[in-house]
Amino acid sequence: MTTVASVTGDTDSSPYALSHLDALESEAVHIFREVAGEFERPVILFSGGKDSIVMLHLALKAFAPAAIPFTLLHVDTGHNFPEVLAYRDRTVEEHGLRLHVASVQDYIDRGVLRERPDGTRNPLQTLPLTEKIQAERFDAVFGGGRRDEEKARAKERVFSLRDEFSQWDPRRQRPELWQLYNGRHAPGEHVRVFPLSNWTELDVWQYIAREGIELPDIYFAHERDVFQRSNMWLTAGEWGGPKDGETVETRLVRYRTVGDMSCTGAVDSEATTLDAVIAEIAASRLTERGATRADDKMSEAAMEDRKREGYF
Amino acid sequence: MTSTTEPTEPLSVEQLSATTLLRFATAGSVDDGKSTLVGRLLHDSKSILTDQLEAVERVSAGRGQDTPDLALLTDGLRAEREQGITIDVAYRYFATARRRFILADTPGHVQYTRNMVTGASTADLAVVLVDARNGVIEQTRRHAAVAALLRVPHVVLAVNKMDLVAYEETVFAAIAEEFTAYASELGVPEITAIPISALAGDNVVEPSANMDWYGGPTVLEHLETVPVSHDLAHCHARLPVQYVIRPQTAEHPDYRGYAGQIAAGTFRVGESVTVLPSGRTSKVAGIDLLGTPVDVAWTPQSVTLLLEDDVDISRGDLLVPSKDAPPTTQDVEATVCHVADEPLTVGHRVLLKHGTRTVKAIVKDIPSRLTLDDLSLHPHPGRLVANDIGRVKIRTAEPLPLDAYADSRRTGAFILIDPADGTTLTAGMVGESFAAPQPVAADADADGWDF
Repeated sequence: MTTVASVTGDTDSSPYALSHLDALESEAVHIFREVAGEFERPVILFSGGKDSIVMLHLALKAFAPAAIPFTLLHVDTGHNFPEVLAYRDRTVEEHGLRLHVASVQDYIDRGVLRERPDGTRNPLQTLPLTEKIQAERFDAVFGGGRRDEEKARAKERVFSLRDEFSQWDPRRQRPELWQLYNGRHAPGEHVRVFPLSNWTELDVWQYIAREGIELPDIYFAHERDVFQRSNMWLTAGEWGGPKDGETVETRLVRYRTVGDMSCTGAVDSEATTLDAVIAEIAASRLTERGATRADDKMSEAAMEDRKREGYF
Repeated sequence: MTSTTEPTEPLSVEQLSATTLLRFATAGSVDDGKSTLVGRLLHDSKSILTDQLEAVERVSAGRGQDTPDLALLTDGLRAEREQGITIDVAYRYFATARRRFILADTPGHVQYTRNMVTGASTADLAVVLVDARNGVIEQTRRHAAVAALLRVPHVVLAVNKMDLVAYEETVFAAIAEEFTAYASELGVPEITAIPISALAGDNVVEPSANMDWYGGPTVLEHLETVPVSHDLAHCHARLPVQYVIRPQTAEHPDYRGYAGQIAAGTFRVGESVTVLPSGRTSKVAGIDLLGTPVDVAWTPQSVTLLLEDDVDISRGDLLVPSKDAPPTTQDVEATVCHVADEPLTVGHRVLLKHGTRTVKAIVKDIPSRLTLDDLSLHPHPGRLVANDIGRVKIRTAEPLPLDAYADSRRTGAFILIDPADGTTLTAGMVGESFAAPQPVAADADADGWDF
């Protein structure tokens, strides 16, 4: 966008100063190109959520005017928001991309996975994901995970080695020095790559605003039928709510994160524009996961446990 | 001078969108109050949010602690929480109206030198903590040496727990003087000493009322104002080619772009460039800055270079100005930090990754091991174990265009990789260890401080 970094409010008057968004963008592009140069079958995890949308946008920029040398993979929980699936399909169409889908519903229908009593399907994504990675022989899997999201992620590498069971062993991580990423892996192993490692929620939103990236509508304030569970506003639906004692009401809400309907909460909001959303986030006293994710609250080590098993 | 940081005032969208990024690392042990300092920086810059604090309070209460244990905010993994130690580098993020920060939070225990090296490798600034009661100790000297080895441009000495020495200026001055003399001798270009109490909050974010005698910036003010970019006009320009972009579409039948992140210096349209290691030359016909044509681009921008001639260029090549090309060599002499559990030995066959090129290599000699405590050299150790720092001589299967690490942190650095399982073995820095006079060889091999 900008050819000359114009930095205000900063004492760095050097003509070579980059804005923080330019620096983060450049780093992410470097990561995408590094993988393209070193791996045979990379894939981008694409859910139609804001982080994966930003990842795709960065990948498109990294290889323009050529097409991106990656395919996309979506782990469909079966409880996704219809607006988000529609966005996903539109995007794939628009850029002529190839989409792989790993379906949790298929696994439940086949009796391989069992529905949890609480109806949440987020933890059920791990098996379809790892089996799809094995079946398609993906050797690099881009995820939109950010280190600011959660404590276990603060120690995640940009290139994170996984064994043939997709397991993450925090003690077996390779030190990551300078910008020299090490993608070596044995056959059957793969590397999870996180180009947004150093981005915060606010950076992602600012970048979306700066680049004029279109998002699914559910990220902006809209009227929605919701009910309260575990202090979160959940969308009423066939996935399992409301139950006895839970009442549906219509509220003006938006989503800060987009995942499985059963564990992704909406927040009360009147923000209908990107600037309004950014202002709300900058003033928020809750992290995006704290505000909207039930699954991370299960235990102090919930994320760490799921990462070890091969979760994103 | 007062900080513009107001934890209670949300920043405007405009304010948030136009700041620079500072990457910095902290070194110090839990005993020095590092967790408290980091916790306070995060807390006072509104980066610790309600739910994170609540989680910390919940766990602290569950353990029967009266006050929230700030270390819980920064100790991410279960093994660490159970053992009460920090076993790895953790990255933390916060922002003020002036700047966005990426903090590499590294543990201070001696056996975790490799983590400090890792954190310092991408840092523009390092904060070294000392306890005002203990002054400069062995560990402080090690931290200074790592910062000097990794050529971190700015070092901050945070003299903590000033409240426990009655905020005495003389105590601070003596420590600052000793540290500055030591670090200067190692070639650290810029040292700023700040007296603080992380617990009481003196000079971390807010200026201290207890130390009128100190007229300098608080830690946060310094972090907000230290220059993050330098005059690049006199730097070597270097572009390691990551990927060749060839759309081969009807719209772009002949587009051939060399994509990479500028590792050092600036590139201009019209400039003569040389491709290494082949030595072929051409001129820059255009620079594509992620979709925008520009006349000039500089580090660390990711760009695509278009050349006037159809030269054979592929991933792993290095584009440099024809008037400023580094020599290519197959004999690498470097200072290294060994980061793997398996030792590095003479005769070891490895892979060496430099920029975007990975080549086969063999460790020819390990002339010396360096003890960071007193900078003594131990000749011919035969091997380096985890956390050792030493000199190595490496022979590569192909010529590499190497800069001295002192001249270019990105193109003077490399890693060694185990060809068998892909483990990252060693972090390497080409050329002399320190900008200062060489350390003297020790008479006898003292006990190392490693495992």
